[in-house]
Amino acid sequence: MEIRKPKIKGLPYEEFNDNEYIETLRKNGVGVVMGNLDSIINWGRSNSLWPLTFATSCCGIEFMSVGAARYDFARFGFEVARASPRQADMIMVAGTIVNKMAPVLYRLYEQMADPKYVIAVGGCAISGGPFSKSYNVLQGVDKIIPVDVYIPGCPPRPEALLYGMMQLQRKVKVERFFGDVNKKEPKNCRLPEIRPEEKPVFASKYQDNE
Amino acid sequence: MSTIKSIIQEICPQAVFQETENAPVQVRLQAAELAKLLKPLREDAALQFDYLEDLVGMDFGEKLGVIYRLYSTVHNHRIIIECQAESRQEPELPTLSHIWAIANFYEREVFDFFGIHFIGHPDMRRLFLRSDHVGYPLRKDYDPASNPLKLDAECLPDDTSVYVDHDGKTQIEGHTLFEKDEYVVNIGPQHPATHGVLHFQVSLQGEIVKKVDVHCGYIHRGIEKMCESMTYPQTLAMTDRLDYLSAHQNRHALCACIEDAMGMEVPRRAQYIRVLMDELSRIQSHLLFYATFCMDLGALTPFFYGFRDREKILNIFEDTTGGRLIQNYNVIGGVARDLHPDFIKKTREFVEYLPGVLKEYHDVFTNNVIFRQRSKGIGLLSREQALSFGITGPTARASNLACDVRKHNPYSIYSEVLFKEVLYKNGDCLDRYMVRMDEIEQSLSIISQLLDKIPQGDYCAKTKPVIKLPEGRFFKSVETARGEFGVFIESRGEKYPYRLKFHPPCLPLVSVVDTLASGNKIADLITIGASLDYVVPDIDR
Amino acid sequence: MFDFSVVTTWIDEGLRGIMPASGAIAIECVLIGVLLLAVYAVFALVLILAERKVCAAFQCRLGPNRVGPWGSIQTVADMVKIITKEIISIRHVDSFLHNLAPFLVIIASLLAFSCIPFAKGLQILDFNVGILFMVAASSIGIVGILLAGWSSNNKFSLIGAMRSGAQMISYELSIGLSIMTIVVLSGTMQISELVESQNDLWFIFKGHIPACIAFVVYLIAGTAETNRGPFDLPEAESELTAGYHTEYSGMHFGFYYVAEFVNMFIVAAIATTVFLGGWMPLHIPGLDAFNQAMDYIPSLVWFLAKSVVMVFVIMWFKWTFPRLRIDQLIRLEWKYLLPLNLVNLIVMVLIVALGWHF
Repeated sequence: MEIRKPKIKGLPYEEFNDNEYIETLRKNGVGVVMGNLDSIINWGRSNSLWPLTFATSCCGIEFMSVGAARYDFARFGFEVARASPRQADMIMVAGTIVNKMAPVLYRLYEQMADPKYVIAVGGCAISGGPFSKSYNVLQGVDKIIPVDVYIPGCPPRPEALLYGMMQLQRKVKVERFFGDVNKKEPKNCRLPEIRPEEKPVFASKYQDNE
Repeated sequence: MSTIKSIIQEICPQAVFQETENAPVQVRLQAAELAKLLKPLREDAALQFDYLEDLVGMDFGEKLGVIYRLYSTVHNHRIIIECQAESRQEPELPTLSHIWAIANFYEREVFDFFGIHFIGHPDMRRLFLRSDHVGYPLRKDYDPASNPLKLDAECLPDDTSVYVDHDGKTQIEGHTLFEKDEYVVNIGPQHPATHGVLHFQVSLQGEIVKKVDVHCGYIHRGIEKMCESMTYPQTLAMTDRLDYLSAHQNRHALCACIEDAMGMEVPRRAQYIRVLMDELSRIQSHLLFYATFCMDLGALTPFFYGFRDREKILNIFEDTTGGRLIQNYNVIGGVARDLHPDFIKKTREFVEYLPGVLKEYHDVFTNNVIFRQRSKGIGLLSREQALSFGITGPTARASNLACDVRKHNPYSIYSEVLFKEVLYKNGDCLDRYMVRMDEIEQSLSIISQLLDKIPQGDYCAKTKPVIKLPEGRFFKSVETARGEFGVFIESRGEKYPYRLKFHPPCLPLVSVVDTLASGNKIADLITIGASLDYVVPDIDR
Repeated sequence: MFDFSVVTTWIDEGLRGIMPASGAIAIECVLIGVLLLAVYAVFALVLILAERKVCAAFQCRLGPNRVGPWGSIQTVADMVKIITKEIISIRHVDSFLHNLAPFLVIIASLLAFSCIPFAKGLQILDFNVGILFMVAASSIGIVGILLAGWSSNNKFSLIGAMRSGAQMISYELSIGLSIMTIVVLSGTMQISELVESQNDLWFIFKGHIPACIAFVVYLIAGTAETNRGPFDLPEAESELTAGYHTEYSGMHFGFYYVAEFVNMFIVAAIATTVFLGGWMPLHIPGLDAFNQAMDYIPSLVWFLAKSVVMVFVIMWFKWTFPRLRIDQLIRLEWKYLLPLNLVNLIVMVLIVALGWHF
């Protein structure tokens, strides 16, 4: 059976390739040694993206579905969902982030060890979704943390989640470890000025107590 | 009805009654009179309002106030009390929390949204919003720009304030929640066992839980405020995202409320479809409960079994509605699309398939000795406590409190189907679990009764392009998988609701966690939380 | 039956022929150390993959199947990732203890691992109180876990570590006593002799009822000792997020992760050695033809096959039972297992004294 070529505006069919096109992204060329080392490390990283168990609302249930028997993201090595942010590689922001939750999410992101990736799942995490007019909803998590992959939907289907995770794998595969900085500094973070001060408020509070 | 009036008239001579037909007694009271009336309302033999159904904060325009809805399980009657605070700057009302325990949380919610101080309330803090939030969002004159996004960590205070009446003058007294040397652990907002973003501040003594302080609002999306600027059909979309596991039932409640208010007749076929979908939603929600409950107790394999079978229902949903989790299926006047041709076949297959699987569930998990020991006698909730905390749904039925709306206040075609209201006696975690497992069987029986009888005809009644409700207050409640979900609409005759209040079944469930978990171990706190089966966006709205 | 000591002696003699004895010993030490670490790492990778595949099978899933054929090098990818992952230094911790803790855990596990008799003549540490040393070495890990909980400056970690301490100290008794039961039967503590003396029949058959009881008690206590489900209270995910290793990242967390799985193998290996004859093939007295046929299967295969069965049983526990509560856990040990064990030990002494064993 021939596969029907889908027509999607803004994403040519050629883009639907598997990850073979990686080489073309490294236009300037890479060293033989460093390049191969890079590909080994990227192979490891992309095949072992452990998600943080983090969900705020509806999309979280679909995230659980992806982990469950029918969709089973363990096949791709996403299996080991860690509850501690220190050990997770990516955070799937599944659900609405409200103003009260935003500092918590921000802190979770900061607690994760490099390299770390963010997937914004669902309309709420991308732009506030149906709640964007509310007085208490953050309009897209990319306002506070850098997002690698956006998965639209309300909530996205588990297939979409899997597809998004595979796109993240593609993205990881063209990263550079050697010859580039290891730390993935959030260059595309749009609002660095609303980041909190270096010293959090509560620290001073507890120092007073001592 | 007349006895209620006469008793109230006797205590509060200034009470203003509103004449309504076939509706509960509606009365408007002064704040001072309400304080006098509270004890008789609860204790008078002819009144005995033992269940505070809802407490709706209102911005009446000039004044702020509260609408109380009380119900008596003894006499089966209802009363609606409206009470307005004297001044808008310093609004004050008497507290109900010493009589109905759930009023504690409801009043904190009203304080959070409207800034009404409840005199004598033991813990007057914000419930949903950050403690440094400026202004009260559900007041009509609230400016959303006054609260820009803050990224510094919220500093949770260790003390709270109590408003006390001191010879007619209100004074604020401090009150400590946690002592300085208590071992306080934060469970949540990001924690695998809180089913979302709930935050428990737990004071521990070794492994023993001494006190639990619940912080809600990490997913407070301001749905009620948003609904005030939406047309009625637009508001429907919000209900699915409250308790997303009972999406269909929530939407049923709002649709039914609007239809009742308009006096609209829903076609029989649409009613059958709605009930069928409601029951399928209930089963999938209970299957998810089974899955997560087992996971919280550390048994990971049943989690996958629950999800495996839940997918079968989602398939059925998907065929007809196009959505898996959120279906957007009910509309005003009926349902959005007709049933898929395969619906009856697939549903029947599922109804035949599930009983065998349920037996497997019981073999794998229910009869496990570790599970029995961990859940039996843990988190005992008595019938009186359940009433006082306003708990409904399976949790209340595990404490032998008959409260199934489908049975006691039938809506749609529930009066035409036969089913048993599952009741258990002990009120511990095991019973709460068993109620849900048995309810799956009851829902299966309802589905198989209806499946053959779906009448032909329209699946949706014709509606006007612009839907306006007549002036008045409308209320409708349905039984979701978690309890009684109520919708309250105050209409001023426009195409937008003046105030739309959702009564979440999960807020009472969370308010009872402290009572149930104190004195138990950390592991029991997790078991109790899992057995209550709350959905956090439903609490926070 | 092939004796691996032939190989080791040959290497030893070859080295001694070209250099002084001290040099030979130094080179051998390095060689063995490197080999041990490599085998340890390979075992960990295989076990982690096995666990994932087994749990997937229990849960009607497929498990990893994209990386390599049937997902066989999935854990290699995990290893590459975790080695290159950042190790976060946390501000308000006792950094020396915090960094020391994972190494203690891994060293304890490695020490115990080096005592395992993989095949005839293939054993690194073998001396007269070998089994006692093995139990002692494997319990050093608790110090690492306690240190991790204490130094992390995290309340979840502390609760997890305290739970772990209570649990390990309790179940250590059962492990010791159930092994003692067999020591009474065999009359030796040297691991190689333990295995050799099962030449005619495995101890679980030789000691019949008390040996079977000791075996079951050992399996329960051993599972508890490795902090695996249903005894995974120290890292109970739904209660304490990640327990004592909540604050660890990168390879430091990797050490805990790896040690957990290898410890499971060590428990299975001890069970195999002490109760199921180690690398000794199944010999039944009187059936000489059968015994000889069994001898054709290499000893390494015998040992690994038995261990794999035991590992599978331990995994089976984890994916079937819900987690115990802390008071149930302690009650199980002190009220049931320990008295049972003590009585069992006395019964075994009587049986040995009266010669009622096979």
